[in-house]
Amino acid sequence: MLAPAAIGLAIFLAVPFLMAFQLSLTDTRLLSPNPPQFAGLENYRQLLRVSVILMEPLRDPVTGEVQRDEQGRILYPRPRTILRSDARYEGMGELAQFHLLGRRYLVAAGDPTFWKGLTNNFYFALVVVPLQSAFALLLAILVNQKIRGVNLFRALYFMPVVVPMVVVAVIWFFLYNPGVGTINAFLKAVSSGRLGPFNWLGDPRLAFPSIMLLSIWQGVGFQMVIFLAGLQEIPGELYEAAEVDGCNEVQKFFFVTLPQLRNTTIFVVVATTILAFQLFTQVQVMTGGGPGEATMTTILHAVREGRYQLRAGYASAITVVFFLIVLAVSLVQRAVLREERAIE
Amino acid sequence: MSAQISTQATRPGEKTFHGLPYRLRGTMKTALNYTVMVLLAFFFAFPLVFMAVSAIKTNETQITSDVGGLLAFVPYPLKWVPPVDRLDDAPAEIREAYTGLGPQNFFDVFRRMPFGRFLWNSAFITTTTVGLGLLVNSMAAYPLARLRWKGRSTMLAAIVALIIIPFEAVAIPLMLLTTRLPRLGGGIGWHDTYIVQIVPFIADAFSIYLFYQFFIGLPKELDEAALIDGASRLRIFWHIIVPNSRPVFATVAILKFLWIWGSYLWPLLVIRLPEYRPLTVAMQEFFGQYPRLWGDTLAFAAMTTLPVLVLFLAFQRGFIRSVAATGIKG
Repeated sequence: MLAPAAIGLAIFLAVPFLMAFQLSLTDTRLLSPNPPQFAGLENYRQLLRVSVILMEPLRDPVTGEVQRDEQGRILYPRPRTILRSDARYEGMGELAQFHLLGRRYLVAAGDPTFWKGLTNNFYFALVVVPLQSAFALLLAILVNQKIRGVNLFRALYFMPVVVPMVVVAVIWFFLYNPGVGTINAFLKAVSSGRLGPFNWLGDPRLAFPSIMLLSIWQGVGFQMVIFLAGLQEIPGELYEAAEVDGCNEVQKFFFVTLPQLRNTTIFVVVATTILAFQLFTQVQVMTGGGPGEATMTTILHAVREGRYQLRAGYASAITVVFFLIVLAVSLVQRAVLREERAIE
Repeated sequence: MSAQISTQATRPGEKTFHGLPYRLRGTMKTALNYTVMVLLAFFFAFPLVFMAVSAIKTNETQITSDVGGLLAFVPYPLKWVPPVDRLDDAPAEIREAYTGLGPQNFFDVFRRMPFGRFLWNSAFITTTTVGLGLLVNSMAAYPLARLRWKGRSTMLAAIVALIIIPFEAVAIPLMLLTTRLPRLGGGIGWHDTYIVQIVPFIADAFSIYLFYQFFIGLPKELDEAALIDGASRLRIFWHIIVPNSRPVFATVAILKFLWIWGSYLWPLLVIRLPEYRPLTVAMQEFFGQYPRLWGDTLAFAAMTTLPVLVLFLAFQRGFIRSVAATGIKG
């Protein structure tokens, strides 16, 4: 009776999972006439390679003096010139520049797009996980009240969860319209004309936060329901006892509700973090990773490399790194939960 | 009126603050409560209302000018307009004359794309995957939960371990693997088929785990009595376990339905021909076509959402219970 499922899981989950590790050590290409070659850690080298290079200011060839522009700022050679001039930096591109103790440094990477994507995933997790979890808890507390019409509100808040993400992305694309969009109109109305109009998806600083907002809109109902289930399992006697001890509503929240929801909260936080690293559909539909690489993500990069550049080996290396991050997040969850049980 | 009383009463340090009739304070609290909940309801509903209202407006120019204000959420003018062929290509005066509410955009979607085919593809893929998944995964969970055999705990541990592998981690190698699998009826490669969108998703570790959790909770006497009567294990499963496990079947079905209906990454990787394209990928394709007509695109979006939304409204409690069930692990 177990056989069909076991075979299915083996072929379509376990085998590709192991294949990812094996492929990541080769230069396998999709639709290639040549047999794949073993490449060792070359894919990982390209993916993870980062160098920090001290930038030498441009000097006058005759006097040897440091060159400056009209505002007196020191002039540096272009990053591409630096990277091209040294064989050690072959195949690397600019990732960032920074100042430290009066010197300027260039950060170069074998695959700047990968690092940009990974940074964005962490940025997304750092902003969305706390915001969405707190918002979900607030919603759960609201719809856990025994008041008239509460079921209607519960259903309304949950509704976006059932809407396919592609549809969500398309609707919000129109709402974010830079000229006439509803969001701009709303901001203009509530700020009596002082705010906006913003080019939500076209401005590199706003594009990713815009994606975050619609992701929260679509996903928060899911977490709300999980918190709601957690709230309903808290024994009523705890609240009665707190009342006898003279706790007000706020104290009851901090001394009863929050501690009782510990495991639920850990689950919600971990699940949302993993979702942050899976981010793909919204950016693929709305921005394609742009403008520039402002909304690039790890999975979008893997799909680009695997499906469109046909570099299956390299794309597999990206997904292996992605999996290791997800694994680390899950292991932290288990460790924290185990600690809790040990205390009990 | 009540607002006036309350501002008077809340003057700091004044005794009347506590002396305010309890009933009135309760009313204030309830009013505030509902205000917050209604505002939040607007936040969650407005994009969907915008989609539905724009989809039934026949004049594209009106849609794009309404979007910058509250009119984006108002279905107007209240005039029934039957669908006309190629209205979007017509001169402005004609489009003006056909301004109103009607199925024009839906009509356009069907004219511009084989929407019916995509709808059928999504419906077929989703129902088949969900149906076969219920069968295969519940059958797998039964021996794990209710029989004693050697290697049972190892098997269970292996399945729980598989839950943490996200689909994104295997998508690229799975794409490569499916290009090498033999095709039904000869040939190599599963790309551009229904099979590639169904078979890999039937067996599913999380579904097995949900079934397992439910089955271990059923009383032992259920199958013992039948065993004494000489029923086979398969018979017991089919006639005793399944009828007693309706809630978990509903839970697994709903979660999987949402997952498969909305799936986008996988068909994007393996489907190129429109014959097998599901609604999600077709939606993105349609959205990417120029000129980008808001009315048509939102009509497409509305039709993609409608089946799930109808199911949700019909089985609301089931949906919410299913999602709650995903949180009980760990």
